[in-house]
Amino acid sequence: MTAAAAPSQAPSDPAPVPKRRTRALADRIPWILVVFLIMATVPWVGTRYDTFLAGQIVIDALFAVSLNLLLGTTGLVSFGHVAYFGVGAYVCGILMKTYELPFSVAFPAAGLGAAFFALVFGFFCVRLAKLYFAMLTLAFSQIIWAIAYKWNDVTGGDQGLPEIPYPNLDWMSVIPGCADLSVGARFYLLSLVLVAVSLAVVHRIVRSPFGRVLTTIRDNPERAAFLGVNVKAYQLAAFVVAGGFAGLAGALYGIFSRGVFADYVFWSKSAEILIMTILGGASYFWGPPVGAAVLVWLNQWVTDYTQYWSFVLGAILLVLLFGFPGGIVGGVVLLWRKLKRLRHA
Amino acid sequence: MLEVSGISKSFGGFRAVSDVNLTVETRQITAVIGPNGAGKSTLFNLITGHLRPDAGTVRLDGHDITGAPPFRICRMGIGRSFQRTNIFPQLTVFENVQAAFLVHHGHGRDFWSRADTLYRDETAALLASVGLADEEDTIAGTLAYGHQKQLELGLALASDPAVLLLDEPTAGMSASETRETIRLLARIAAERALTLLFTEHDMEVVFSIAQKIAVLHQGRIIAEGRPEEVRGDAEVRRVYLGHGLVHAS
Repeated sequence: MTAAAAPSQAPSDPAPVPKRRTRALADRIPWILVVFLIMATVPWVGTRYDTFLAGQIVIDALFAVSLNLLLGTTGLVSFGHVAYFGVGAYVCGILMKTYELPFSVAFPAAGLGAAFFALVFGFFCVRLAKLYFAMLTLAFSQIIWAIAYKWNDVTGGDQGLPEIPYPNLDWMSVIPGCADLSVGARFYLLSLVLVAVSLAVVHRIVRSPFGRVLTTIRDNPERAAFLGVNVKAYQLAAFVVAGGFAGLAGALYGIFSRGVFADYVFWSKSAEILIMTILGGASYFWGPPVGAAVLVWLNQWVTDYTQYWSFVLGAILLVLLFGFPGGIVGGVVLLWRKLKRLRHA
Repeated sequence: MLEVSGISKSFGGFRAVSDVNLTVETRQITAVIGPNGAGKSTLFNLITGHLRPDAGTVRLDGHDITGAPPFRICRMGIGRSFQRTNIFPQLTVFENVQAAFLVHHGHGRDFWSRADTLYRDETAALLASVGLADEEDTIAGTLAYGHQKQLELGLALASDPAVLLLDEPTAGMSASETRETIRLLARIAAERALTLLFTEHDMEVVFSIAQKIAVLHQGRIIAEGRPEEVRGDAEVRRVYLGHGLVHAS
C-alpha cells in the first residue's frame, strides 16, 4: 500500500531507498507461543498453589476474551455475561456428575447450552440500546442465579454441585514427563490447551469479515445499517458466540474448582470480568488475558499484605483509567512506540 | 427511477414534510433546496427508511419500499451520505471502505476468512477515485473534515448504488473544498452512471451541477423544474432565493 502511495508523494525523489531495517528482536519472538510454553511449565516448576492460580488465570482469560467480543469488538456493554459462564459450568457439571457422561461430550455441550441461552436472552437484549441493554443482560443473569440457587433437584440449590469428577486423563501418562503429574495438574494442562485453541478460534473470528462488520457496528451502528448490515442480527450473533465461549470457560472452571455453586453466577463475577477486560485494554485482543493475569495475581498478592483488596483495586483502576485509557496493553504499546522513536531519533 | 408520492411526516403536530411528490429520473442529477428547517433532511430520512412516513409512498423502480428498514433499502440500491459525517472513526480509511465492500458482497456471515486480504484492489481503486489514495492507513476519525466527507462518499459508492442521496455534501467546507467536492461528484456521477439526489444550501453548487431542482418550503414543494425555470419562479424568489441567487448566477 505505502509502496503504491510513495511515487505520488515524492515524484522528485529519483531512487527512494527502501527502509528495510532488520526487524527488531522483540518483533521476531513469537510472544504468544512463549507465554503458552511458560504457562505449560507451571505444574513442574511451581507449587500446587501456583498451578491453581495459573488455572484461574487461563480460564478467566477465555472468559474475559469472550466478553470482549461484545465490549471491544461489537461495542455492547454486558453486565450479565456471567450467566453464560454459569450455564456452561452447570451443564458440564450436571452431565458429568449426575449423568456420568464423559468430558468429551459434556464440554462441547456446555458451550452449546450457553450459546442457546445467549440466543434466547440475547434476542430480547439486542432490541434495547446502550444502558437498557446492559440492565437487561444483568436482569437475565440474576434470573439464572435465582434458578441456580433455588432449583434444588437439578442444580443442588445453595449446596451446589460439589465433587464434580475429573475427566479420565490416564491417557496423558504416555506423554513424556506427565506420568508423575496429579490429575489436577493434568487437567490444568488440558484446560491450557483447550483455552489456547478457543482463543485462536476467537482471534480468527475477530479478524474475519464477520468480525470486521462487528467493528463497524461498534463504531457507528447507524452507518453500518446503511451499508446494508442488519445490525440487530449481527449483535445477536456476537452475543451467541460470546455466550458459547463463556460457557466453555465455565465448564472448565466447574471441574477445575471441584464443584459448581450458585455464587459463580452472581452478578459481581460479571463486574470482575468487565474490570479485567478494561484493565487489560478492551481495544486489544490480548488485553483481557493480560487483565485477567494481572487481576488474579494482584488479588492474591495484595491480600497477603492487607485485607483492603477492593481499596487497592479501586486505586489501581483510577490511575489506569485516567492515565492509560487503553488499559495495560494500551499503556505498554504507547511506551514501546515512545522508546522506538527515541532510539531512532 | 425513484418516485415519492404524497409523502407526509409530522412531529408532534409540526408538519415537517407535507404531501410531497418528487420523481427522480434515471441518471438525472436532482437537487432539493430550501431554507433551514424546510424539511430536506426529513424527506431524505423518509426515503431511506430512517423515518416512517405518516402517509404516502416511496417507489424504487416501481417497487414499493415505503417504511422498509434502512439496511434493506441500502441493499435495494440506494446509497446515501449523511449531513453530519458518518464514518467508522476507529478503523483506518482502508478498513472503512473494505468493510463496505465485504458487506455489499455478502461476506458478513463469513467468520473464518481473513478480512484484510479481501477486496484489496477494489478498495484501493475506489479510494483513489475519491481522492484518498494517500490516506489509506490513517485512522478515519483523525482525518480532516473534507477528507471525512470524501470517505463517506467512498462508503456509499462501495455498495454500488443505482441512486445516491447526498445530504448537504459540502456542508462546513471552505470554498476551495466545495469546488473540489463538486468536481468530484460530477465526475463520479458520470463515470458510474449514477442517479443523484442531493440537498444543498449553497446556490453556487446547486446551479453548477443540478439538472433539476425542487424547492422545499415549510415542508411543501413550491417549485420544481430545470434550473432556469426555478430561477425565474416568482414565488421561489419571494420566499427563498432572493438576493443570493443574483450573485450565484
